[in-house]
Amino acid sequence: MAISPTEIRRIVLEQARRANVGHIGSAMCIADILAVLYGETLRISSPGAPDRDRFVLSKGHAALALYAVLALRGFIDRAVLETYCGDDTTLAVHPETALPGVDFCSGSLGQGLSMACGAALAARMQSSERRVFCLISDAECNEGAIWEAAMFAAHHKLTNLTAIIDENGQQAFGLTKDVLEQANLADRWAAFGWDVTRVDGHDTRALAAALGPLGAGRPRAVVARTVLGKGVSFMEEGRAITQTHIAQNRVNWHYLPMSDAEYALALAELERQV
Amino acid sequence: MRRAFLNALAEIAERDPRVVLFTGDLGYLALEPFRDRFPDRFFNAGVAEQNMVGVATGLAEAGFIPFVYSIATFAALRPFEFVRNGPVLHRLPVRVIGMGMGFEYGPQGPTHHACEDVGVMRTLPGLTVVVPADHAQAAAALHATWNLDRPVYYSLGKDDRTTVAGLGARFGVGALQVLRPAQAGGAAIVAMGSIAAEAAAAADLLAAEGRPVGLAVLSTFNPAPIDDLARFLAPCAAAVTVEAHVVAGGLGAQVAEVIAEGGLPCRLRIHAVRRSPDGYSGSQAAMWRKHGLGRESLVASVRELLGARL
Repeated sequence: MAISPTEIRRIVLEQARRANVGHIGSAMCIADILAVLYGETLRISSPGAPDRDRFVLSKGHAALALYAVLALRGFIDRAVLETYCGDDTTLAVHPETALPGVDFCSGSLGQGLSMACGAALAARMQSSERRVFCLISDAECNEGAIWEAAMFAAHHKLTNLTAIIDENGQQAFGLTKDVLEQANLADRWAAFGWDVTRVDGHDTRALAAALGPLGAGRPRAVVARTVLGKGVSFMEEGRAITQTHIAQNRVNWHYLPMSDAEYALALAELERQV
Repeated sequence: MRRAFLNALAEIAERDPRVVLFTGDLGYLALEPFRDRFPDRFFNAGVAEQNMVGVATGLAEAGFIPFVYSIATFAALRPFEFVRNGPVLHRLPVRVIGMGMGFEYGPQGPTHHACEDVGVMRTLPGLTVVVPADHAQAAAALHATWNLDRPVYYSLGKDDRTTVAGLGARFGVGALQVLRPAQAGGAAIVAMGSIAAEAAAAADLLAAEGRPVGLAVLSTFNPAPIDDLARFLAPCAAAVTVEAHVVAGGLGAQVAEVIAEGGLPCRLRIHAVRRSPDGYSGSQAAMWRKHGLGRESLVASVRELLGARL
């Protein structure tokens, strides 16, 4: 079934506003990737099927987009979304497996790819055709454990594993190049023994092609160039419209929650894209 | 304990294809028999403990029972958050093996001294912690815990010769092993880990001078043998604990909780590591003496506690 990235973004805005929480930009920027994964790529007959493909959202702070796509796929009830960040909820800012459809918990950066490696190795040991997809952020590549896992996957030729690197070029305190330089990120993955594809992370057709049939011999890295806050221009530009004490800064929408006015503006802009 | 534990693991792996063993590139001349017998279920993850625990989590999610092996400091401390957010948060049956309890790696120096692993790991209520006292108990403990539905941390030693007299192969999750019951108004020694043999030696010395003491071995946390400890210590006027471990989170701290929360009229002396490494290392026996954990120190404490009472 086709999933609309705009619908994911609409749910992200709605729930982020209702719960008054941030990490909006990070969730908006992976909407196209998740739409392709859950609309075309992942083979999931039901969230509990043992031989379903596995998905690890290693950049767990963008989980609201995952909740949105799980609802759009019908794996969770739309009403459950309304419990996001509430009391006694299974929908925290960072995802937990108590929620059907979440394969692995995350929230501490740098841990998901190792679990994905184990899931991929398990599939091979069980002679299963299931595949494993892991979405990590570029800033997450600051973590040494990502590279431990990268070495492990290449050494063990985990051809059923795909890492998608969401390269939005930003992290909490600034641009990734200013925080901890990791130029030529794609080349680094190639140097670690992965097949690397570069793709526009908002071009769903290109994403679908990049996430298509697996190659042989090596794990696959898809470096997806994205824009934080994609779909809402003032977020992409790092402007806080009504929160006037916040100076314009491209990383603002990593953490900021929206005011009512900003929500209305953002939603109106999304509607124009439909 | 190492050979006994690995032999038991091989027996279990023979029966159950879910058992997989990972090493962080350690266990030379120890893990080879498992590797040769189960080549498809043995992986050297390289010197990368965090990833090793993460990979084990992924395998466990698919139904495997992965064991990961390294020296205790590297197995417990380096990947601690991977254990916390991996098998503990996911409630998956990963088993972490920490080798070289306490000062067993004595001359290797402080990076190899595992004096915090039990305390650190038992801060996770969802993680069962197993600390055998000798090789027979290590094998028994594995047979009793390998198939638990929750994660387990094993703090093990390499010593496959020393036995704790009277312990036999007794082990129970959440159970205290009482080797000698305490007498009313007397003293008791409670030990954790391979230093239990030292506690038994101290008990022999005390018995020889006409002061028979109770003796018990604590081998599990989460659950800890709270009720067993309270019953064992109930008749005692004095208790002495010994562990090659720091005070925080260790055996003595657990016993103190039981005494305090149970309102037991029992004086307590905790023999544990109380100082940071000072740059000087030595054999395990020398390190035990240096930190006041040897049999002479235990005997002196019992004498003093009982003498003060009389």
